[in-house]
Amino acid sequence: MTEGIHVEFDGVSKSYDGRTLVVEDLNLRIRTGEFVTLLGPSGSGKTTILMMLAGFQAPTAGEIRLEGRPIQNLPARKRGIGMVFQNYALFPHMTVGGNLAFPLEVRGLAPDECRERVDRALRLVRLEGFADRRPGQLSGGQQQRVAIARALVFEPSLVLMDEPLGALDRSLREEMQYEIRRIHQTLGVTVVYVTHDQQEAMVMSDRIAVLRGGVVEQIAAPEGLYEEPERAFVASFIGENNRLHGRVTRLLDGDVCEVETGGERVRALRVVECAEGDEVTLSIRPERIAIDPEEGRYTNEVTAVVVDMTFLGDHLRIRLSACGRRDFIVTIPNVLGHGGLLVGDTVRLGWTVSDCRALNHERGTE
Amino acid sequence: MTGARQPRRYSAGPGSGARLRAFGLVTPLLLFVGVTFIAPLVTMLVRSVHDPVVADALPETVSLLHDWNGEGLPPEPVYAAAARELNQAREDRTLGQVAGRVNRVQSGMRSVFTRTARALEDIEAGPWRDVFSGINEAWNDPATWHAIKSTGQRFTARHYLNAVDMQRLPDGSVTRQPEERRIYLRLFWRTLLVSSAITFLCLLLGYPIAHLIAQAPPRRANLLLVLVLVPFWTSLLVRTTAWIVLLQTQGVINDLLVTLGLIGDDGRLAMIYNMTGTIVAMTHVLLPFMVLPLYSVMRTIPRDHMNAAASLGATPRQAFLRVYWPQSLPGVGAGSLLVFILAIGFYITPALVGGSDGQLISGMIAYHMQTSLNWGLAGALGGVLLLGVLVLYVLYDRLVGVERMGLS
Repeated sequence: MTEGIHVEFDGVSKSYDGRTLVVEDLNLRIRTGEFVTLLGPSGSGKTTILMMLAGFQAPTAGEIRLEGRPIQNLPARKRGIGMVFQNYALFPHMTVGGNLAFPLEVRGLAPDECRERVDRALRLVRLEGFADRRPGQLSGGQQQRVAIARALVFEPSLVLMDEPLGALDRSLREEMQYEIRRIHQTLGVTVVYVTHDQQEAMVMSDRIAVLRGGVVEQIAAPEGLYEEPERAFVASFIGENNRLHGRVTRLLDGDVCEVETGGERVRALRVVECAEGDEVTLSIRPERIAIDPEEGRYTNEVTAVVVDMTFLGDHLRIRLSACGRRDFIVTIPNVLGHGGLLVGDTVRLGWTVSDCRALNHERGTE
Repeated sequence: MTGARQPRRYSAGPGSGARLRAFGLVTPLLLFVGVTFIAPLVTMLVRSVHDPVVADALPETVSLLHDWNGEGLPPEPVYAAAARELNQAREDRTLGQVAGRVNRVQSGMRSVFTRTARALEDIEAGPWRDVFSGINEAWNDPATWHAIKSTGQRFTARHYLNAVDMQRLPDGSVTRQPEERRIYLRLFWRTLLVSSAITFLCLLLGYPIAHLIAQAPPRRANLLLVLVLVPFWTSLLVRTTAWIVLLQTQGVINDLLVTLGLIGDDGRLAMIYNMTGTIVAMTHVLLPFMVLPLYSVMRTIPRDHMNAAASLGATPRQAFLRVYWPQSLPGVGAGSLLVFILAIGFYITPALVGGSDGQLISGMIAYHMQTSLNWGLAGALGGVLLLGVLVLYVLYDRLVGVERMGLS
């Protein structure tokens, strides 16, 4: 059962004050060699999960297993897990080489072996020749690479990263995302990555666990999260979407239901368990909506009025009044310009049943 | 467009008017520092090398002695000048001061001078050498004249030599003082050792406290800091006398030990009015000076460094020794230097609880200031102390670097 499973959270809960749970009944299995991202807003418990795995905090309940062995009683230093900290946590009084050699020296490796491994790690992050510099003399991106090299230099099979790119500027962040991906693919280590940036998660991860309030809302591959969100929170956290509040009027065959929203009746994929009369949230991606489609091509068609249009380079973002809302968003690729649309025009919108997902009703989102 | 392309004018810092005003604001401080710190310091240092009393009172005697070859007794003119000028000094009432100065070099001179001056009053004519030897045997001893010659120098290194247990012999060579008169070097050495011990104790006690405060959440950290500072706000005298209450033979600790049966009533420990008392009380008094710089440095050490070290496989011991301790070193340096320099010149506490063998060099300086009135020697002892501190400071700067010190 544990074959190929590297990390296993089994009913893990964590509470700091004994009342509120920061992490609630977490069940998560991470395969060997997998890149899993814990994605969530601040306070979602993602860092706490990482800290429990690293051994800096103990779970209140449940069990964490590494390759099938419980690690509750194993102190952090014996877990053999590499960790990249949010602010790098490089030791400023040591050189880059000293920082990298530190985990090797405390393991009692011979100086020659240390030097060789440090050089190899520096080559891996493309910082050859920086061994004698101090961390303070490096740029943010270089410090980040050193932090990654240090977490890898003692060849752990599991590496944890706690928002490692949070302090970098945008272009450097993107560069580092690909860098981390490359390193992961080169070494084949298991990576557990924490971030609140959904794009970052999409770029690097094999699977993403979306967290909210200490609970995993959904765990899936990036495509799966985007295309088939199972919860309204996931749908809105990953990418943009139109969220329509409605009430189920009819259940149809093939997991389809009819929902009445803002005076329109639309058909949607029944993702959440629901019955007639239940409240649901409909999620429709803005780029899956067609403007003035051929008659009868789409199951769902509504009329809308253009409220305003924003030109965003590669695409146009059109705000319309539809389904009783004035913030219905449709995006169209900038292929034909604005397609002759003007503010105030009345248009028809169309979308398929499979692009309209009926999810759990979120209170306070209207 | 042309207007926008003109170079923008930046103000070139405060104008001369503003600078003048700023200077005016710090002038009271500069005056204060000048009057209360620099002037006394300079006065004392000048006094340690400059002593005009004898030269002013016996100008001719001193200048004639200057030409004397120093062998045997000086020639008759010296005696004549001495007779005239001693008489004059008696009338001017400066004889006491002169006798006191010479007495420091050659003991017993005070009475010789006063007696001689009184006898000279009734004698009109020489030969003066016979008159002098008739009045007192001491005038037949060349050492007496050497003493006058030596104290007659306006500028002298005598006090400094004295302060390091050296002396200048009549032939001008410098040697160590005779065994029984060597006291200052031993006292300096003791002061150094005691100050080092106190610094070490403060570090030992202060490091965990500072660490605790630096790790505590902000509210508790503030409370702990206040606890550290409360002794700071209490009068030094109160704190020192509190230790007397605790440590004296009939004091709290001895009573407790006797009650517990750990020591007999006749075996009460002597913990005060000796070196133990000095060390205990001074460690307590100086502890905040160690804790505060340590805390200010430790606060800047990121908390996740210890976690990082643990995740890299370090034991708590390794993590402390290789990650935490090196980063706290600037605080250790600052605190130690501060405590050490304060301890080296500390006066009140050793004076109150030190007894006789718990005295430091400061006590000797005070003695020469207030009791023996040998301000020249007091100034020289202070000068040596000042030099010692400066040397230590420079050494520290070379070894550690003052800019790395965590005082701010």
